[in-house]
Amino acid sequence: MSYDLVIVGGGVHGCTAALFAARGGMKVALVERGALAREASGVNAGTLTMQMTRVALIPYALRAHAMWANAREWLGHDVGVVVCDGLSLAFTEQEAQLLSYRAGKRREAGAPIDLISGTEAKSIEPGLADGVLLAGHCRVDGFANAYLTGLAFQRALREAGVDVLEYTPATGIEREAGGFAVLTSAGPVRGKRLLLAGGVWIEPMLGWLGIRLPIKTLVNQLAVSERVQPVMRTVVGIANGLLSLKQYPHGTVVIGGGWQGIGDRERGGVELVPERLIGNARLACHAIPALRAARMVRAWAGLEAETADALPAVGPVPGIPDAYVCGSVHSGYTSGPYIARLLAEHLLGKEPSLPLFPIDRLLAPATGREGLT
Amino acid sequence: MGKVNKGAGAIADVIVAGAGPAGTNAALAAAASGLDVVLLDEQDAAGGQVWRKPLDGLNGLPETAELKAGNALRERLIASNVRFLPGRRIWSVSGQYRVDVIGADNPEFFEAPHLIAATGAHERVVPFEGWTLPGVIGLAGATTLIKSGGIVPGNRIVVAGSGPLLTAVAAGILKLGGTVAAVVDIAPLGAWLKALPALASVPSLLAQGAVWTLAIGRARVPVYRGHAVVRALGNGRLEQVVIGPVDAAGAPVAGSDAFTIDADCLCVGNGLVAGSDITRCLRAGHTYDRLRGGVVPVLDDAGRTSRAGLYACGDGYGIRGAAMAESAGVLAGLAAACDAGAISAEEMQRRAAPHRATFAARRRFSDAMAGMMALRPEQVRAIAPETVVCRCEDITRGAIDAAIAAGAKDLNQLKHFTRCGMGPCQARMCGDVVAELLAIGTGDRAALGALTMRPPLRPVPLEALLGDFSYSDIPIPEPAPL
Ligand SMILES: Cc1cc2nc3c(=O)[nH]c(=O)nc-3n(C[C@H](O)[C@H](O)[C@H](O)COP(=O)(O)OP(=O)(O)OC[C@H]3O[C@@H](n4cnc5c(N)ncnc54)[C@H](O)[C@@H]3O)c2cc1C
Ligand SMILES: Cc1cc2nc3c(=O)[nH]c(=O)nc-3n(C[C@H](O)[C@H](O)[C@H](O)COP(=O)(O)OP(=O)(O)OC[C@H]3O[C@@H](n4cnc5c(N)ncnc54)[C@H](O)[C@@H]3O)c2cc1C
Repeated sequence: MSYDLVIVGGGVHGCTAALFAARGGMKVALVERGALAREASGVNAGTLTMQMTRVALIPYALRAHAMWANAREWLGHDVGVVVCDGLSLAFTEQEAQLLSYRAGKRREAGAPIDLISGTEAKSIEPGLADGVLLAGHCRVDGFANAYLTGLAFQRALREAGVDVLEYTPATGIEREAGGFAVLTSAGPVRGKRLLLAGGVWIEPMLGWLGIRLPIKTLVNQLAVSERVQPVMRTVVGIANGLLSLKQYPHGTVVIGGGWQGIGDRERGGVELVPERLIGNARLACHAIPALRAARMVRAWAGLEAETADALPAVGPVPGIPDAYVCGSVHSGYTSGPYIARLLAEHLLGKEPSLPLFPIDRLLAPATGREGLT
Repeated sequence: MGKVNKGAGAIADVIVAGAGPAGTNAALAAAASGLDVVLLDEQDAAGGQVWRKPLDGLNGLPETAELKAGNALRERLIASNVRFLPGRRIWSVSGQYRVDVIGADNPEFFEAPHLIAATGAHERVVPFEGWTLPGVIGLAGATTLIKSGGIVPGNRIVVAGSGPLLTAVAAGILKLGGTVAAVVDIAPLGAWLKALPALASVPSLLAQGAVWTLAIGRARVPVYRGHAVVRALGNGRLEQVVIGPVDAAGAPVAGSDAFTIDADCLCVGNGLVAGSDITRCLRAGHTYDRLRGGVVPVLDDAGRTSRAGLYACGDGYGIRGAAMAESAGVLAGLAAACDAGAISAEEMQRRAAPHRATFAARRRFSDAMAGMMALRPEQVRAIAPETVVCRCEDITRGAIDAAIAAGAKDLNQLKHFTRCGMGPCQARMCGDVVAELLAIGTGDRAALGALTMRPPLRPVPLEALLGDFSYSDIPIPEPAPL
């Protein structure tokens, strides 16, 4: 038996591509080493924000935000999306300059960000500390409950008729007449087309095809408080992007911003750096002082992929017909659903509404580095 | 001491985490070998659970054997050159090895090439209907009230559950002049009789148990063996306890008569869980051992884990009881001293010998007691669908079963599906019961292991973590690319 499409990796990219490809009429198998969305896509901070998204991705992120906002329609299952205002703060002159510049660029790319005073920011977010010089205000913001992603997609994919093979690690890929055989712990899974959506593991996966695409592994730390009385109602960040803070409807506050822990692709996020948990908490409490009274009950780390130019790797694999890759999208939980849907449209032979991010520019020597921007 | 952001941490040869019988003995043994030892505990005095020091100013508490043993240990500690720092809550262990604490004015950390984990066990309560009612408290928790404050937790108290703490708590209440309405022991008399030879292998401890049992008999307290609590009833707080017979495996006997006891307090516990907090956090090798209270580190005969420089001892890393905890502590302290080069291997063997002998002599007793306290899977299977299992997040047995039916196959995934274990108790209350529920379907409890352990080891108020700082002190990394 041969599938129309075999996808390796069941994070937000692999799952969304599987969903739309199957709905478009393809027979799809999704091969996942563990359970769906338990790596980056299940442990991320869930922030759906333009103010941390890379400028080049803003048009994608805006469309993706709209998808998340009505996840019930296309995903059909709840991931706890809350749409709310977002604030990016500047406490120093230097941060104010950085913010004006960055917000300006994002605005040019289409993000509806206004620069407002500290007083205005405080009227939007009464929980805010004094001392804010300037804030970026964006109405297109919000968050999801990332840990619900796996359950939601598991149900949606089953309904769409995707064969989901969980707890089935892929160990290699063989090219054969008419397509590919993905070698797994449960035997080969054959397909006419192949999509590699393995997060930070797309580097070894492409290696199976003889392609070298260096992927840097970021180890992002996050912490969460116990349930507390409402202390904030918006998504709060700072100018340089190293804070992401919001309170969930059930009362917990998630503190993040990309502070780095210890780990790698082989071992996962094995250790949290206490100094950096403290730094991140200080930043959070500096922005929302009422948070000081809360207790931290849990911290963790997850792995995020980054290419050499920090832009996505989404498109055909050069020189290998019918093989594709999708991943390494900065703020990829926000943009993932839209970008993976674009790729599914491409696979279904439709003209994607926005361009993909072909990987030719990133490939090591032979393929040339001219494409690097 | 190192203050976060302000220079390096305090350096020592050995850090000992937890000042109960295990940790204190480990610290004393390492220090006696010439090492610089830092001993940390969140409580104000050494002694741990079993030898807890009464609150200051409380005089006239009954002079028990445990109080005497605790006082003796505390005196040895004072006379030693161990740097004992009480009132420090450990929230993070990392590196090779760094221990971060709160409790002083500012967050502090300590660094040493050797870390001895001795943070103690926590209590297991197998849920039943009404267990979250005010007036229902843990059996082990009750020992804390009795020991530190001389407090009798109610006017008419039912003492229920399993293991030796039943008699200890009932006798402790009687000694303080309280009323015990009933003792409800899940183990049938036959189980105790079968354990008797093993218990007799340590006559002093058997005698201690006998004294307690006699006190309970003298007070004419009804003792129901082979019984368990079916439900706790009351309007806003406990008024009645319904109990019923169970079979040898701990499952309720179908169709049998339950009956009701009036009470305003129920002390209930089903043994202890070895949380293995520090060794799990540092990802040493572990194994599942029901007798030893759950997922425990793989240790050599001197308490060395699979990670160089990391040792574990005491009930937090395998339930064996206080007496064994002491010996295990000494052995771990000597192992650290030997590995640090402070004493030779021969010297270590020589000094370890008597403690190994104690360890061997008490093994039968300890195994018998641990067996009485071990989780009974049949008791977990009998939890009713509407009973709350995770009390922090209010998750019922039914909701957990639904998540399992939806495809949750491992503990972390079950947590994601339900929020079970995400609350402030950090899954200490529900963790091993939930694992047992999941294992009903998968059939292999050992393979499920435990939830991923991460800092903070205990909940920490952010206020305490922050310390004094100004905005410019925050070491903000490079901004993300635009
Ligand atoms: C801690 C953290 C916080 C973040 N916060 C945010 C945020 O607030 N907002 C935002 O927009 N983005 C955030 N991100 C980024 C976002 O989470 C990621 O960009 C996105 O989830 C990546 O999705 P993915 O599908 O590419 O990768 P992943 O979710 O990592 O999925 C890859 C999958 O491939 C599987 N796999 C690997 N090897 C094999 C194999 N051999 N065989 C089969 N399967 C395999 C893995 O098990 C995994 O499930 C955060 C990331 C992290 C780590
Ligand atoms: C609540 C409770 C009551 C008990 N009562 C009895 C009893 O009455 N009689 C009996 O024989 N046995 C009792 N036990 C059994 C007990 O486990 C052993 O008797 C014995 O105390 C084990 O010694 P230990 O040194 O291993 O651990 P413990 O005595 O538990 O000592 C561990 C120490 O580590 C400290 N600690 C833990 N985590 C941290 C942290 N994150 N930061 C700083 N310090 C930390 C604790 O404060 C404690 O002082 C009880 C157990 C529990 C859990």
